[in-house]
Amino acid sequence: MAYSDKVIDHYNNPRNVGTLDKAKNNVGTGLVGAPECGDVMRLQIEVDENQIITDAKFKTFGCGSAIASSSLATEWLKGKSVDEALAIDNMDIVEELALPPVKIHCSVLAEDAIKSAINDYRVKNGLPALELPKSHH
Amino acid sequence: MLTFPIYLDNNATTPLDPRVLDAMMPYLTNKFGNAASRNHAFGWHAEEAVDYAREQIASLINCSPKEIIFTSGATESDNLAIKGVFEMYASKGNHIITATTEHKAVLDPCKHIEKMGGKVTYLKVDDKGLINLEELEAAITDKTILISIMYANNEIGVIQPIKEISAIAKKHGVLFFTDATQAVGKIPVDVEADGIDLMAFSGHKMYGPKGVGALYVRRKNPRVKVTAQMDGGGHERGMRSGTLNVPGIVGLGKAAEIAKQDMEKDTARISVMRDRLEKELLTIEESYVNGSTEHRLPHVSNISFKYVEGEGLMMGVKDIAVSSGSACTSASLEPSYVLKALGLSDDLAHSSLRFGFSRFTTDEEVDYAINHVKEAVAKLREMSPLWEMFKEGIDLNSIEWAEH
Repeated sequence: MAYSDKVIDHYNNPRNVGTLDKAKNNVGTGLVGAPECGDVMRLQIEVDENQIITDAKFKTFGCGSAIASSSLATEWLKGKSVDEALAIDNMDIVEELALPPVKIHCSVLAEDAIKSAINDYRVKNGLPALELPKSHH
Repeated sequence: MLTFPIYLDNNATTPLDPRVLDAMMPYLTNKFGNAASRNHAFGWHAEEAVDYAREQIASLINCSPKEIIFTSGATESDNLAIKGVFEMYASKGNHIITATTEHKAVLDPCKHIEKMGGKVTYLKVDDKGLINLEELEAAITDKTILISIMYANNEIGVIQPIKEISAIAKKHGVLFFTDATQAVGKIPVDVEADGIDLMAFSGHKMYGPKGVGALYVRRKNPRVKVTAQMDGGGHERGMRSGTLNVPGIVGLGKAAEIAKQDMEKDTARISVMRDRLEKELLTIEESYVNGSTEHRLPHVSNISFKYVEGEGLMMGVKDIAVSSGSACTSASLEPSYVLKALGLSDDLAHSSLRFGFSRFTTDEEVDYAINHVKEAVAKLREMSPLWEMFKEGIDLNSIEWAEH
């Protein structure tokens, strides 16, 4: 299958690969997917006192589209408020990366990872976890 | 000089040998006759060429030229053998024994047999990919008409104990069919010494053209017959109708002749390259060879690189053409059923690459491939959360992964 130029660019030059200190209170970590399914994403956000995401990092085990989806997600997260981050929809990722239908699940996983990281941050800071729609893949 | 991508997927198909193309060319141009035309020179030339190809092939597998039935490829040969025996020997029984690691071209006809009211036993394999001979013998009933076990596996190259299987088949008066698509032309295959009753193989896996294959059908001790699966004209002793693919058949014949002549020389060179690549890639931490390395074809190596995903890895090794056991490369969501049959977990099956070598592969290409794969694995592990957890000593099985 042919990858789009944007997927190839993110794969070759992934943005924000790395690890944040998950012990810190202002760091939220989302770990989604499963090794048996062929993709696992770990996405982390660092949030300042104004609820702005100042840093985002990822590590992904998966195909090129999964790597690109999470790389793009970290790029989009930086500078956004937590509320703005919650509004990121998987179809935005699909559109930006021109993912084919068989790779839509990669974008869903990235959205799940964002929400899961935000929830981890919320729970750490005494806020109730948000009800997330059940993963749809 | 290297040209990219480097082709290392020779278990999927092999390039056409230029010597084969030269042999075919007249039959694609001025010698275009129909081998069934008995009344003019065009037909005679075509028939002569087909007869000569039959002899070349018979010489490679040690049978009589009359025992070769030309088909469109190994898939058709597999279908003809399995469905054809099932129909022809219906009065004797309706039970077939095969294995879980067979090619789909065998498994799907077996499923068809089950729909037609037949019974099929699917033997499991051990962690090396080999069937258990005692289980095979125990599975035979008075209704068993056919044992269908592949000569060598297409994903891992594991060679089954063919002589032992045929001895068991003979002892119980059961026919033995083998899909030898990966073996013929690569290792010595002798239908007499191996005790094979029916055997499928194809042109394009042995440097011949696509769209042509053959089914060997034994004529003596015992005389085997299969019911035709395609009617019309009664070509190929009534077992396979249809105008013969003369250029394809000429190509398959020439490919067989070259295979016989060059096999020893080719194998010596190819196996050294394969072993070198394998040894080098196994220096990568947490990498494993899949399947037996003792009973294996000389030109294939299937390796899993733990904590990296197969399709991501394939993208990282874009300068080489290989295949992966990962689900993402196929239409299905499941990773390779062959690797899973060996007992591999899904994640290891996902992380596998198959390297297939040919007589045209060069040392320079192998050197490049080794470095390319090493770099890609290192890069992807740097990006892999599973690798990080492994390095931190976290047991991945202790994590509750989200079902999806």
